[in-house]
Amino acid sequence: MPDTRHEPIRVGIGTPLDRVDGPDKVTGQAHYAAEYAVPNMLYGVIVSGRIARGRITGIDETAARAVPGVVEVLTHRNRPSTPWLDRNYKDELNIPGDPFRALESEHILFSGQPVALVLAETFEAARFAASLVDVSYEAAAHNIDFEASLAERFLPSKKRNSYHPPKNHGDADAAFAAAELKHEARYHLATEHHNPMEMHATTVDWHGDGTLTVYDKNQGSQGVQSYLCNIFGFSKKELRVVNAFVGGAFGSGLRPQYQVYLAVMAAKHTQRSVRVVMTRQQMFTHAHRPEADYTIRLGAEATGKLTSIDGDATTSTSRFENNMEDIVIWGMINYASPNMKGEYCVAPRDTYTSADMRAPGAATGMTLFEIAMDELAYKAKVDPLDFRLLNYSDIDAMYRTPFTSKALREAYRDGAAAFGWDSRSPEPRSMKEGRELIGWGMATGLWTAEFVKTSAKAKLTADGRLEITSATSDIGTGTGTVLVLVAADTLGLPPDRISVRIGDSDLPHSPVQGGSRAAASGGAAVQLACEAVGKRLLKAAEKVDGQPLHAARSIEDVIFADGRMILKSDPSKAVSCADAMQAAGLEVIEEEQTAQPGLADRISQMTRSRNVHSAVFAEVRVDEELGQIRVTRIVNAVAAGRIINPKTARSQILGGVVMGMGMALHEETLGDNRLGRWMNHNLAEYHIPVNADVHDIQVIFVDEPDPDVTPLGVKGVGEIGIVSTAAAIANAIFHATGQRHRSLPITIDKLIGT
Amino acid sequence: MSGAALSLENDPGPVVASTPIGTVPVAITINGEQHRLSLEPWVTLLDLLRERLHLTGSKKGCDHGQCGACTVLIDGRRMNSCLKLAVTLDGSEITTIEGLGQPGNLHPLQAAFIEHDAFQCGYCTPGQICSAEGLIREGHARTRDEVREQMSGNLCRCGAYTNIADAILEILETEERA
Repeated sequence: MPDTRHEPIRVGIGTPLDRVDGPDKVTGQAHYAAEYAVPNMLYGVIVSGRIARGRITGIDETAARAVPGVVEVLTHRNRPSTPWLDRNYKDELNIPGDPFRALESEHILFSGQPVALVLAETFEAARFAASLVDVSYEAAAHNIDFEASLAERFLPSKKRNSYHPPKNHGDADAAFAAAELKHEARYHLATEHHNPMEMHATTVDWHGDGTLTVYDKNQGSQGVQSYLCNIFGFSKKELRVVNAFVGGAFGSGLRPQYQVYLAVMAAKHTQRSVRVVMTRQQMFTHAHRPEADYTIRLGAEATGKLTSIDGDATTSTSRFENNMEDIVIWGMINYASPNMKGEYCVAPRDTYTSADMRAPGAATGMTLFEIAMDELAYKAKVDPLDFRLLNYSDIDAMYRTPFTSKALREAYRDGAAAFGWDSRSPEPRSMKEGRELIGWGMATGLWTAEFVKTSAKAKLTADGRLEITSATSDIGTGTGTVLVLVAADTLGLPPDRISVRIGDSDLPHSPVQGGSRAAASGGAAVQLACEAVGKRLLKAAEKVDGQPLHAARSIEDVIFADGRMILKSDPSKAVSCADAMQAAGLEVIEEEQTAQPGLADRISQMTRSRNVHSAVFAEVRVDEELGQIRVTRIVNAVAAGRIINPKTARSQILGGVVMGMGMALHEETLGDNRLGRWMNHNLAEYHIPVNADVHDIQVIFVDEPDPDVTPLGVKGVGEIGIVSTAAAIANAIFHATGQRHRSLPITIDKLIGT
Repeated sequence: MSGAALSLENDPGPVVASTPIGTVPVAITINGEQHRLSLEPWVTLLDLLRERLHLTGSKKGCDHGQCGACTVLIDGRRMNSCLKLAVTLDGSEITTIEGLGQPGNLHPLQAAFIEHDAFQCGYCTPGQICSAEGLIREGHARTRDEVREQMSGNLCRCGAYTNIADAILEILETEERA
């Protein structure tokens, strides 16, 4: 009989676990897309175009081709033929419009557009030769200035799949006209670039037998695989995409980027392996968070109770695709008001298409809305936190549906207590220490909690080791670690007996990773797969002498712990998983399962809202003479349902907060419209927070049991950390200085200039 | 709008290329192993490590000395390896992340980075750790503020800064006690 006296060790959902890929990452053994050693490989260096709009009139490749080691110069004139129809180029996001095709023709659509790919035996030769490709252009009139582009704004007739049109209620205009308290202002967010630390890169391993492995930086290997197969005519058996390690992405890897297209094209053309790595400058020639203009009108009773919400927003897109974001809905969902309306448009400019960047839509729309709410709170002479509570809505105020859960009150309460909000002096400019004004501000964060069809496989071997596989990605999110915890929880195995493989198109189906969906979806799939393994183990236990578990009718009747199945009704009866497999003559138990919303889930998704909430509190210290703003404290209290790994979830929030600090104070891609080009296209001039900028961040997860939101009760934490962090900081700056800034980032010039 | 009138006439014009570029012999010790190499002068230390020696732990994040992802220790001092031409390093001793520790034999900083979850995507991490090792050897940083300031040449887009500071401070304090 197994020893049942000691307590089983249970590591599972809720246990803080070190990242399973930690040892590889800290020792340099983790291989990212450009780091696979492939023999006989060519280096491809992309030549970026120099005008924003127009056409190429000539390309002189003579000097480039004369560089020793140069093998080929691909341009629109000699590239291999590719399919004609747009539908072959559609990716998983399916943005309405004509997807960009590198080297397609002489037409130039944006500055930095790739105009040639130089292929050489060494990186240095390719880089030098690329500088010698002499391209001449005929420029056409262009515009990259957002303000000017607003004149052309429109609501696209074909909407992006993920777009949610605002639902209007009552008569917002009449209510605003009649309101005792009014606030109306225009808000702005600058263009931002994702700038993951790893540049977009692809290594194509051309095996020479008609198959190829594409090591690529992206957020979804199978989406990139489909894209490449559709364009280049490979079958999925022939073309495999691997993204085992991804050096950050934040949305820039949701769509296949042009380097993977060029690398595969070059490999097919030369019949050789090829590596193409973008330069940091080229990282500014594709995905970026759209610039945003948002006019907000709020009407309220004298007490501060909202009577109307009215938002009118525009975000930037390109001239060839209509990228859309949800901007105006967030305030309408979050706050009770009998009257509300929203309008939204896109404005085209001569840049690459804007893209999803961490918490797309909400990071812009909710953040700017929360600055407006702060302004109205001051007008109503109500404490900003009390003002939110006064307008609190227990239901989704726009869709008028209940939430599966909303522990925002608790987040406000716990965040305020940790921050010490009670001791805030209400008047602006009333707190000072030394030469610095001190300000305290707060804001509310909101994001969605989604669950999408995902598959996983669990494979238990007789030595008691479990392998979990799924094509899902880990872009720094800790996905693999989370899947190990779910497996450990389900089968009662210690994490060091569990290995995980993700980031490979050969593995069970997973959609692109984004929108804080991976933990809920991949976790649910792993749970199902492990439960299926558990059922077979219990069946195998019937073969064990004496059938100690014969009273168990299903896996509900046993606890999996410490590598054993223990009868719930009589814990003295247990069978080790290894004994069960041996008794049944099983070497391996392997099960693949798919988690997907069923009919009941789909009905529930229509009748109940699923959201994650947060309360962000910020302290700033401002030296007015120097224009220096320091964010000395942030408390972010998050209601995100069940937290699988508190350790990595906390890090997700920390990271979102830091990016929110960038949004508040630093991040701004600046264009010169004479050239039609982003000018600060490097990490010295596009400022992101550095270590010295980040003082003290406290993350709180409030208790929010929610068995209905997703199968594991998980809401996801990838996005919520950034949402409204910048608003809390902007509101703190107002409290410190009395200066209201409505255009982010709040840079030194703005602070000194007002 | 504007732009059409503005052409870019700063083009230097076609450059006449180029006979094969010559190579220079260099002897560099990397992670304790001496390499006798024959290198073109235009090869940076970072590209030598990554593309020719397959030591890809040192990362390329900008190639312009702006991000710190390529930080290695050259004769014990932290440097951006993308800013060093390899041929200038004849006789130097270089330590990369691969030389600091390996899975199963972690350097204390590597273990502290795991313990404090001081990374997410992991791409800046080798540079952060090499930079932290250099910072500790410099001996100037004692306080958290000093660590934060002196680690500000290493960008982390995932925003793990507070955890990075925690990890480094733990090792600093351990070393001070020793």
